[in-house]
Amino acid sequence: MTTATTHMTFGQAINAGLRRALERDPKVLLIGEDIGTLGGVFRITDGLQKDFGAHRVVDSPLAESAIVGTAVGMCFRGFRPVCEIQFDGFIYPAFDQLVSQAAKLHFRSRGRVRMPLTVRVPFGGGFGGAEHHSESPEAYFLHTPGLRAVSPSNPQDAFVMVQQAIACDDPVLFFEPKRRYHVKGEVDLEADLAAAPPLEQARIERPGRDATLVAYGPLVPTAREAAEAAADEGISLEVIDLRSLSPLDFGTVAASVRRTGRLVITHEASQTGGLGAELAAGITERCFYYLEHAPVRVTGFDIPYPPARMEQHHLPDLDRILDGVDRVLGRPNSLSGLED
Amino acid sequence: MSKPGTGPESGGKSGEPFIQLLTPAGVRVADPHFDQWLADIDGDRLQGLYQDMVTVRRIDLEATALQRQGELALWPPMLGQEAAQIGSGRALAPEDFVFPSYRDTGVAWCRGAEYADLVKVWRGNAPSSWDPYRLNMAPMQIIIGAQTLHATGYAMAAKFEGAETATVTYFGDGATSQGDMNEAMVFAASFQAPVLFFCQNNQWAISEPVRVQAQRPIADRPPGFGIRSLRVDGNDVLACLAATRESLERVRSGAGPCFIEAVTYRMGPHTTADDPTRYRDPNELEDWRTRDPVDRLGAYLQSEGLFGEEFRDQVRAAADAAAAGLREACTSLPEPGGLEVFDHVYSGPHAVLERQKDHYSRYLAGFEAAEGGR
Repeated sequence: MTTATTHMTFGQAINAGLRRALERDPKVLLIGEDIGTLGGVFRITDGLQKDFGAHRVVDSPLAESAIVGTAVGMCFRGFRPVCEIQFDGFIYPAFDQLVSQAAKLHFRSRGRVRMPLTVRVPFGGGFGGAEHHSESPEAYFLHTPGLRAVSPSNPQDAFVMVQQAIACDDPVLFFEPKRRYHVKGEVDLEADLAAAPPLEQARIERPGRDATLVAYGPLVPTAREAAEAAADEGISLEVIDLRSLSPLDFGTVAASVRRTGRLVITHEASQTGGLGAELAAGITERCFYYLEHAPVRVTGFDIPYPPARMEQHHLPDLDRILDGVDRVLGRPNSLSGLED
Repeated sequence: MSKPGTGPESGGKSGEPFIQLLTPAGVRVADPHFDQWLADIDGDRLQGLYQDMVTVRRIDLEATALQRQGELALWPPMLGQEAAQIGSGRALAPEDFVFPSYRDTGVAWCRGAEYADLVKVWRGNAPSSWDPYRLNMAPMQIIIGAQTLHATGYAMAAKFEGAETATVTYFGDGATSQGDMNEAMVFAASFQAPVLFFCQNNQWAISEPVRVQAQRPIADRPPGFGIRSLRVDGNDVLACLAATRESLERVRSGAGPCFIEAVTYRMGPHTTADDPTRYRDPNELEDWRTRDPVDRLGAYLQSEGLFGEEFRDQVRAAADAAAAGLREACTSLPEPGGLEVFDHVYSGPHAVLERQKDHYSRYLAGFEAAEGGR
């Protein structure tokens, strides 16, 4: 089967996916701040209110708890609301509605009330944002039973995964790597959702032999570049794009680590209690006798997200990832000789 | 609109007016506006309201007894709030959708909840009770005020669909301090959502008196959001019934959201774990006893010649049957199985959780094997 693809940005791919979801199901509804007339501060919903009306693409008052809380109520009536939280750091006022309500209502109601809610969260830094505009809050939600969380890393995944998230009967946090919104790629707009990889499945982005490098969202392109640089030195890295943050696809990562014997995990979010910790523990449990070195985490530090001119010190980049790769391979690295 | 009665001190300065159709002594007060909403309330229906109130009071007392006897882990008594809950609950249409708090036993009774539904949660057998789509009533909400947003969203969705149903949410005076409650009023007004906010101002949020929550009557607040508001005597079942019917009619007709503050009193503790003698003047309770919602309607029935021995026997028998039914339903609830904890966390497969369930089932099987070998 030949398919014609379309060259578009990451942001346009999400827009196209939302449009497909709105076309397919009259119960799909978008709600958020500035998403209608303006098309969203990132223009992700550009043109959708014009085409689908103000009752399907709803400009809301400025209240995140109410955006999510009213969406929960809409789920009771069989709707599939898609909330936009304008920036990662604005999600906390909605925390109770996500953690105590959306996450628990299917369980609380013994499966009678479904919560097919999608919460789109532009997340992460690297673009010089003001305070509260560059955060990576995903770990709070990975710790919450009842929620799912995903993060696409390329336009094709963005197009497909946003539709899969909306079609999912559980609440899904959809973390969009906002610094990659303008990255272009080929998107198959006729992609068959049923034939696409399941939402909870990780993907081997680049096969390799010497170590497994796991990333998601904004750091997948960085990890890929790191693997290319490592290849120049004769090191073969297997790069895995997690795609799903909750549940984690331990099967794909474990199978890789059993081949490579080494695991490096990278994310922008701070380290303690983060996704890297959970992945390292879970892989160690599953692959202890295959590991040649303790898993290595290359992450943001345990600090409030720093001001724009300091963020390059906080964010893992190609060199910090390669330093972590050196560590896991037992090569000279910044921590060589350090006991603790 | 109504000839105002005189409310007790609550939520602001004393003597704030409210709608009262039945005085504490059981004397009917004529009201040209609200009386028309009671045109169908004949002797049989008055007796029905009385029997409802006595029955839910008896259920409430039996549940408190079940807690004291160790059959329930906890119970939140609604003693004293029977008129607010039965009056408003009997005003609802079956297709209306209700988002309640945890103290709305009387409303659940009106919606057709079964005995087991009323105690299952408090015995700890299940995370919620009734089927929300059988009763058109969401699971009770414990996070204060969170359900007001759900009701608003449900009403927005109903409006977007063009449905002529009303959504009603129940909450207390304490909830009016919550952000969610205030955000709900903003959203309800902005989208002209067909939702009725029904506040049972029972004077106490555990130990915090309503004066800590509100410097003005709670009913004064919604107009600032652009929401029409009524203040009613919450111990007067006729006032609650008429005001709720009238407000629901407005809501269903597309006139936008409405708010009712029902001024009532929590005669019991916050829950069976609470001790109100630590923070409440006993004279206050005695004062409120003179405004008891059940006695009030009884006095009115008496004055109307509707309170004969046969009726009283019937009411007593119905209450006894409800208490016995509640006790039987409670104590015969099946014990949940260990692996049920994993059910319904997600609507579909979840690899991480399935692995945990598999491991725990193996762990449990180890005990069974050990016991089998004994």
